[in-house]
Amino acid sequence: MSIAISGVSKRFGSFTALDDVSVEVATGSLTALLGPSGSGKSTLLRVVAGLERPDAGSVAIGGRDVTGRPPQERGVGFVFQHYAAFKHMTVWDNVAFGLTIRKRPRAEIRERVAELLALVQLEGLARRYPAQLSGGQRQRMGLARALAVDPEVLLLDEPFGALDARVRGELRAWLRRLHDETRTTTVVVTHDQEEAMEVADEIVVMNHGRVEQVAGPRELYEHPANEFVLTFVGGANRLGDAFVRPHDLELAHEPGATTREAMVRRIAHVGFEVRLELVREDGQPLSVQLTRDEAEQLELERGQIVHVRPLRETTFS
Amino acid sequence: MAARASLPGTAARPSAGGALALGFVGAFLGAVVCLPLAALVRSSAGGGFLAAVSSSESVAALELTLAAAAAAALVNAVAGTAIAWVLVRDAFPGKAAVNALIDLPFALPTVVAGLVLLALYGPRSPVGVDVAFTRAGIVLALLFVTLPFVVRTVQPVLHELDREPEDAARSLGASEPTIFCRIVLPAILPGVLSGVALAFARAVGEIGALVIVSGNLPYRTEVASVVVFNRIQAGDRAGAAAVAVVLLAISFAVLLAVGAVRRLATRHERA
Amino acid sequence: MRRAALRATVLGYLAAILLAPLALVARRAFEGGAGRAWSAVSDPDTVHAFELTLGITAIAVPLNTLFGVVCALAIVRGRFPGKGLLNAFVDLPLALSPVVVGLSLFLLFGRGGWLYGLFEAHGVRVLFAPPSMVLATVFVSLPFVAREVVPALRELGEEQEQAARTLGASSRQTFRRITLPAIRWALVYGVVLTTARCLGEYGAVAVVSGRIEGRTETATLRVQDRYESLDLTGAYGISLALAAIAVCVLVAMTLLRPRREA
Repeated sequence: MSIAISGVSKRFGSFTALDDVSVEVATGSLTALLGPSGSGKSTLLRVVAGLERPDAGSVAIGGRDVTGRPPQERGVGFVFQHYAAFKHMTVWDNVAFGLTIRKRPRAEIRERVAELLALVQLEGLARRYPAQLSGGQRQRMGLARALAVDPEVLLLDEPFGALDARVRGELRAWLRRLHDETRTTTVVVTHDQEEAMEVADEIVVMNHGRVEQVAGPRELYEHPANEFVLTFVGGANRLGDAFVRPHDLELAHEPGATTREAMVRRIAHVGFEVRLELVREDGQPLSVQLTRDEAEQLELERGQIVHVRPLRETTFS
Repeated sequence: MAARASLPGTAARPSAGGALALGFVGAFLGAVVCLPLAALVRSSAGGGFLAAVSSSESVAALELTLAAAAAAALVNAVAGTAIAWVLVRDAFPGKAAVNALIDLPFALPTVVAGLVLLALYGPRSPVGVDVAFTRAGIVLALLFVTLPFVVRTVQPVLHELDREPEDAARSLGASEPTIFCRIVLPAILPGVLSGVALAFARAVGEIGALVIVSGNLPYRTEVASVVVFNRIQAGDRAGAAAVAVVLLAISFAVLLAVGAVRRLATRHERA
Repeated sequence: MRRAALRATVLGYLAAILLAPLALVARRAFEGGAGRAWSAVSDPDTVHAFELTLGITAIAVPLNTLFGVVCALAIVRGRFPGKGLLNAFVDLPLALSPVVVGLSLFLLFGRGGWLYGLFEAHGVRVLFAPPSMVLATVFVSLPFVAREVVPALRELGEEQEQAARTLGASSRQTFRRITLPAIRWALVYGVVLTTARCLGEYGAVAVVSGRIEGRTETATLRVQDRYESLDLTGAYGISLALAAIAVCVLVAMTLLRPRREA
């Protein structure tokens, strides 16, 4: 089921959350809505779900115009950042909820819930209450609950934001595998560009209620449409009018034709990477990223003077 | 509650100040509350208790009291929840004033309330409703007096309620009434129940409003608290004490029920 | 649509139960003209009734404020067995019929009671006199300050006080500079509730006072007295005065409510 968002605008009081946004989400794809806080990505997701009503514009799901319809009639599955668990129901009853209110036969519910609990690996915990689960388990329950009613479209609002790093990584990989299996059209909201790059087929970068660029992860990184996308996705050094990625700065101990002098102010060994903070002779600070091997070869020390030159530059006219 | 590590020098030993405070509290409560109630219980012990309590007048009064209080409590369960809902979820001009008005039955002396309800809904009623000296009148007076209870216990719970599970239920296809019954109500139920219990206890003990409104016709509109009052005036202290002890027992039972409801409410929150 | 209907129903219910009675007090009080209304509330026995009410309140409120704060500290900070029992006794006056309270005092101080020998037997008038009325009023208005301060203390937590101690503050200084400011508004709110309860007390005081005109009649007792004497203007006049005080209490509660929750 595709999603077609057309000319959607939404304001909260004097704050413009969405400004004439149009996006197409292809059937069966996993799309990320990426942007900083206040960019409108969560609002857009909620508009698609029917949890917010836009001031202008339309939303169509699977070709069907759902703009005036309540969430109950849209066939969407929604997963919340803070789980929105039904606290007074067991895990089983939570997952079964959508089917229970549709008055499905008991046997069907039993089968489907068992299937889903196995899928999200919560089989032994069916009789527990949400308060007795960890954050990661609650979110898996939230996913199972949303999937139980076979939604046409799956919407996830910063689903892993409240979890610690390791669990986040695991669930990310898990979501990707799940999507590959079920092929349900999925939209994930995130402010974490690494997460978006890792998980999504296509990324919609948003800022201040507008769409900045829509592209696949690689395209986004290598051909950013503007300064915002460049600096938000991957980060960059700004040298006058040009931007240079941290790993596109080459360091040497000997000066060259186009090199400038810089002092090593700080070295951080972050696992596989080494991140350096340099100060150029004219005071310009530089962030440099090297592999461990590269750093080892150079034998760098704090306070050392090195010679830097950019390998690749990007400018926006 | 998580245990707190004590700072060096502030280990959890009973301080002199703490013991003094506890002593003061104990002495104050003992003198003001426990001693008089003990005197009451003792007075009712001994011969005559059973007879006084089971006299037909006492039984009729107790039955009427419990029935009227239960009726008022139940109406308030529904009305109070609806009022709390409108005050928390709805918005309209003058809402703050309405919210303030809810406490009127608490701020206004009950005899004044009784007098005025009588004027409004009794003989010479400007709206043509006359329930004075009837059981309906009693329930009406009790509705006034107990109005704030359920509203004020449900309001904070509704206010703090996480709205996302309601959105989740919407996305799963639940209709609004279903959402209220299956998602909201279970969450606010402890608030409703404790409010109902307190309203019930308050209604059972009401005297001021009823002294005027009900006319206190024995067997018809005489409530238990009035029976106690009349017996004191007639010098029948043992008889008064007997009924009073029953009322005291009811109050204690209600308090225990409220405590149990509170523990029940938080059972799902304890991991 | 459903929302508007619910709102209308709720507001209608409230108007019938709360607003209409309030409006009527004013009307009936002035039915015989302002002059009659004024003379009804300014006769000496009525004035004495108001004085007595205020006097009793002036004693009961400070006592219960002191008790309430100490009790709240004990409940929240103290470690001792039987906390549940303490809570139950503090809450009891909320659930107990005032007539039962009055009778208990009557039995305690009256002939055959445990304290009869200490007071009445020696001619120290407790019953049918202000002392018992004060005791009764203290009993019924006991819980309010404690119940308001307890959640405020819980909210405050112990860390700020512990920080003060590490900086060298004594218990008294900590209480005065850290604890008290934090619970200030909850305390004031509790005092307002206590005052309202004292002013409106009827049942317990009716039993222990003997309702002697000009001597042991409070304002609320006087209302009933005037009503039974068929002096309706008097009854409504006093009611109006009490209702006016009640509205002031409501205003105070409304103003304090947001601060207490802050």
